[in-house]
Formats: sequence, structure tokens, C-alpha cells
Amino acid sequence: MSFVAIAFYVFASIAIAGGLLVISSRNPVHSVLFLILTFFSTAGLFVLLGAEFLAMLLVVVYVGAVAVLFLFVVMMLDVDFVEMRQGMMQNLPAGATVGVILLFELLLAFGARSAEGAKSLEEIAVGQVSNTRALGNLIYDDYFLMFQTAGMILLVAMIGAIVLTLYHRPGIKRQNIAAQVARTRDEAVELVDVKPGQGI
Amino acid sequence: MTIGIEHYLTISAILFTIGTLGIFMNRKNVIIILMSIELMLLSVNINLVAFSAFNGDLVGQVFALFVLTVAAAEAAIGLAILVVFFRNRGSIAVEDIHSMKG
Repeated sequence: MSFVAIAFYVFASIAIAGGLLVISSRNPVHSVLFLILTFFSTAGLFVLLGAEFLAMLLVVVYVGAVAVLFLFVVMMLDVDFVEMRQGMMQNLPAGATVGVILLFELLLAFGARSAEGAKSLEEIAVGQVSNTRALGNLIYDDYFLMFQTAGMILLVAMIGAIVLTLYHRPGIKRQNIAAQVARTRDEAVELVDVKPGQGI
Repeated sequence: MTIGIEHYLTISAILFTIGTLGIFMNRKNVIIILMSIELMLLSVNINLVAFSAFNGDLVGQVFALFVLTVAAAEAAIGLAILVVFFRNRGSIAVEDIHSMKG
């Protein structure tokens, strides 16, 4: 068994075990941590395929951003997660039925594919240029507009998330810069003629 | 023993099934459902990258990049909606989300 095969089986088993623990662990914080584990091992699988750029992107975007976002939300919401897990076992038979049928169908379709005798992982053609450079050439030449659209999607998502969650609490003093700038001398300064020996 | 594309497709199929099973099993918890959707999108990405690598065509990886982008945007918006819903209702149970009588 070659090193590549051993690495594949290690990453694959960790990914599947992590995925199972994501949906079955008692505490949602643990679920998020197992999701991070799954993403890490999938990044390892991507490296084995020669897709280093996507592997690093997976680590940066998913582990660095999305999983931390999940973690924040899970820790922020004050929900009784134990109560939520009730009735989980009575959903299991229906879910397992659908899952087994789906897995069977997918493996059937993939089995037909593998019968063609495809290449193995060791004989993937590695190009002269690095994966990142080749992807960059492709994205910035042929898929430039789609790349810009992806950026626009992220911008819209960012604005949407901010607009949804921005919440102005009533009854709090805030600085109103427009009102400060619009003040004139007449309303700001009052001239009082104080007589000698008297207070105001 | 060599690793072919069918190994990668099997991993992807198993992860996709785990995601589906997660949606079925955690019918009450929206956060776990969102995580299951992330798992399913991840398995789709594994498929795309595997086909891209074994066929020697980089376009599959470009598409996986776009899937990643949309998945990140979806997670951000979904969690924002979840936070707003929790602020208004004090609960994130799926059976409480029925004010639109759907």
C-alpha cells in the first residue's frame, strides 16, 4: 500500500467520522468543532488530488470564517439544546431509509463510472505550472466576469447580513453629527447682561 | 492498492448521505440543519475537484470555487436570519417557524 493510499484512507475515515459526529453529537459546539475536523480532512483529500489552492481556500474560508461564524451563533443563542434533541430517534427510521436508498443510488451511478477503468491517483498528470497559477490564469482570463459576480454575491451577502442583524436599541443617546454641524451661533450662544452684585 | 476516482466519489456519496440524514434526524435544530447543508455542499465540491483532477480539466476547480463562494454567502445570510428570528421569538425550533402558515 503506497503512502498516497494510506493518506487517502486516513483523511477519508476522519472526514466520515467527523461528519457522523456533526449530526449526532449532543452539544452543538462539539458539532461545529467536528465540522471543522471534517473540513480539515477534506482539505487533505484535495491536496492529494493536486488541488492545493482549493484546499487552502477550504481551510481559510470554512475553518477561518464560516465555522467561527457558526461557533459565534451557537454560543450567542441561549437555547435549550437538550430539549431540542427529543424526538430525534423517532425520525431516525425515515431518515435512515432515505439515506440508505440515496447512498445505494449514488454508489450504483458511480460504480458504472468506475467500470470504465479510469486513472489512479498516482498517475494524475501534474502540469508544468503550479495549481494556483493555472487556476489564476483560468479565472482571470476566461472566467473573469463570473469571478466578479462571485465577489458581488459576497458583497450582497455581507450587506444583507448587516442589514438583517443591525438593531438600534431605543432610548440610548447617540451622537448626531448632522445636528452638531447644523448648529448656528444664535441657538448656541446666549448673551446675558448680568447686573453687578446679582446672580443670573 | 491504487486510489481511483471511484474512491473519491464514494467518500462524496457517503458525506452527502450523512448530510441528508442530519437534516432528517435533527428536525428541530436549525443550526444542525445548516451544518448538514454545509456538509452536502462540501461533498459536491469533492465530486467537482475529483472529476477535475482525474480528467485533467481545471474548470471543475473553478466551479468548486464558485460553489464555495455561494456556500459562504448562504451560511452568513442563514445565520443572520436565525439570529433575527431568535431575537423576535426567543426560540429557533423549526416547529415554531409557522407564522407564514406555510
